[in-house]
Amino acid sequence: MATATIAPGTPTRRDFLFIATGAVGAVGVGSVVWPFINQMNPDASTLALASTEVDISKLEVGQIMTVKWRGNPVFVRHRTPKEIQEAQNTPMSDLKDPQTDQSRVQKPEWLVLIGICTHLGCVPLGHDGAYDGWRCPCHGSVYDTSGRIRQGPAPTNMAVPTYSFLSDTKLKIG
Amino acid sequence: MSGPSTYVPQNGFLRWFESRLPIIGLVHSSFIAFPNPRNLNYFWTFGGILAFMLIEQIVTGLVLAMHYTPESSMAFASVEHIMRDVNYGWLLRYLHANGATMFFIAVYIHIARNLYYGSYKAPREILFILGVIIFLLMMATAFMGYVLPWGQMSFWGAKVITSLFSAIPFVGDSITTWLWGGYSVGNATLNRFFALHYLMPFMILGVVVLHIWALHIPGSNNPVGVEVKSQKDTLPFHPYFTVKDAFSLVCFMVVFAYFVFYAPNYFGHSDNYIEANPLVTPAHIVPEWYFLPYYAMLRAVPSKLGGVCALFGSILLLAFLPWLDTSRVRSSNFRPVYRAFLFLFFATVIGLGYCGSQEPVGSVVVWSEILTAWYFIHLLIVLPLLGFFETPRKMPASITEAVLGPKGASAAMVGARAAAEPSVKG
Repeated sequence: MATATIAPGTPTRRDFLFIATGAVGAVGVGSVVWPFINQMNPDASTLALASTEVDISKLEVGQIMTVKWRGNPVFVRHRTPKEIQEAQNTPMSDLKDPQTDQSRVQKPEWLVLIGICTHLGCVPLGHDGAYDGWRCPCHGSVYDTSGRIRQGPAPTNMAVPTYSFLSDTKLKIG
Repeated sequence: MSGPSTYVPQNGFLRWFESRLPIIGLVHSSFIAFPNPRNLNYFWTFGGILAFMLIEQIVTGLVLAMHYTPESSMAFASVEHIMRDVNYGWLLRYLHANGATMFFIAVYIHIARNLYYGSYKAPREILFILGVIIFLLMMATAFMGYVLPWGQMSFWGAKVITSLFSAIPFVGDSITTWLWGGYSVGNATLNRFFALHYLMPFMILGVVVLHIWALHIPGSNNPVGVEVKSQKDTLPFHPYFTVKDAFSLVCFMVVFAYFVFYAPNYFGHSDNYIEANPLVTPAHIVPEWYFLPYYAMLRAVPSKLGGVCALFGSILLLAFLPWLDTSRVRSSNFRPVYRAFLFLFFATVIGLGYCGSQEPVGSVVVWSEILTAWYFIHLLIVLPLLGFFETPRKMPASITEAVLGPKGASAAMVGARAAAEPSVKG
């Protein structure tokens, strides 16, 4: 047989060209759309403000200070022995997002947290709520003295930022 | 907008123009000769009022944008500059701010009328869904507009609402960072909200054109819910409905003017006259009044993702009303049981609004949960089942019969025939 007959339904060269053209076109459109989407992500100047240094020498036992880091409040709490004990002795079964207090601090007397309620982003009020940790004024989430969620709609514990002690009185966040 | 136009150009130039761009004929057939059911009541005038409010918001917004600065360190001061220094700036800003409130009052009445008279039913489903889309666009526009003065409520409202997206599993945090353009609501957020707030009214305008187009295919529903059967059931749009709409609009503007001139901050929140502070959340944050029912639903569900789903679900569910309602009778006037349930539903929404304005403690939480549950029970269970169990009242045969009674209707038919015959008595 000299003539090639093509059974109906078998892909032809034209089908291949059609799909290949479409695929290249889709990649082209995607590569043009991406800059328009990505321009909304944090820009270089925002990313540059990645760390901040805090002097904690003036913070007495029991006090909380708020510092601004990347546009958000960060709580630094100089915890009392009672607060530390309460945080450490909480059974894991009582927690919605179980984490030991030890895993959330570098030095037990210094608690450092991103001061943002994990529900919808409000700033919780310190020394408030049933556990004397924090209470969020927006939707009533209650956190303990380790910043762990205990009551209310927030799903997770308040986040711990990356930080390090530059000295006994100086803290670097970020 | 449907069928050939009856417009007759009056002179040679108009004939020449009409044969090239038949836009005068389009306007004539849409807003002058358009046949409307003769029994429309004043609830049907809110479409016209809404069209007016959209234009009013675009015009006042345009001039406010000439004086406003969308930069986080200057935005608050520029709004005060508008209030104190710009000629009539106080008036323009109060018109725009209270205009948003009046816009929502009108749209809620428009939606309530739709639900009561069953206007969403076939053949008006697309018309209705376009309305839901306009409502969603309005909410997005109003939310972004409220952020622009950069007060405490602006800032924290923006924070809470954008944080809703962080409830999405896995990608939530990336999406919120992307929306903010940073790690918190900040200058980048304000700037993009301004750009979008300027854009969205024109998107609304586009959907409004589709909405009117979709309306003019089947024509308006009416209080009886019986379709137009003959010419006797209708009256031309002009002068009958243009005058009725205009009268209603003037009454509406009296209320609007009252708030603008005598209680311009009644719907606002005093905390929004404090400049945004990212480190302090106001003790009691509430959204604008028109979002309160949805805000109550968000708080009622004791899980973050669940609350967000309830919030969006409550609005998206509306788009499915034409299929959730199994009854073929449109007007609630002929559905006694549904009518009672519908008023209960309206009370539920108002009750949710009240719960949303209160602090989430004690009985407010319980009531929010009960009312949220009923909102969904009404739409998902009561509405589909009632169509099967309810016996509707007897409906009039036509709109004319509903207006004039059975005898009046037949007399009108005789009269119509007599009028159609050439008069011999002069």
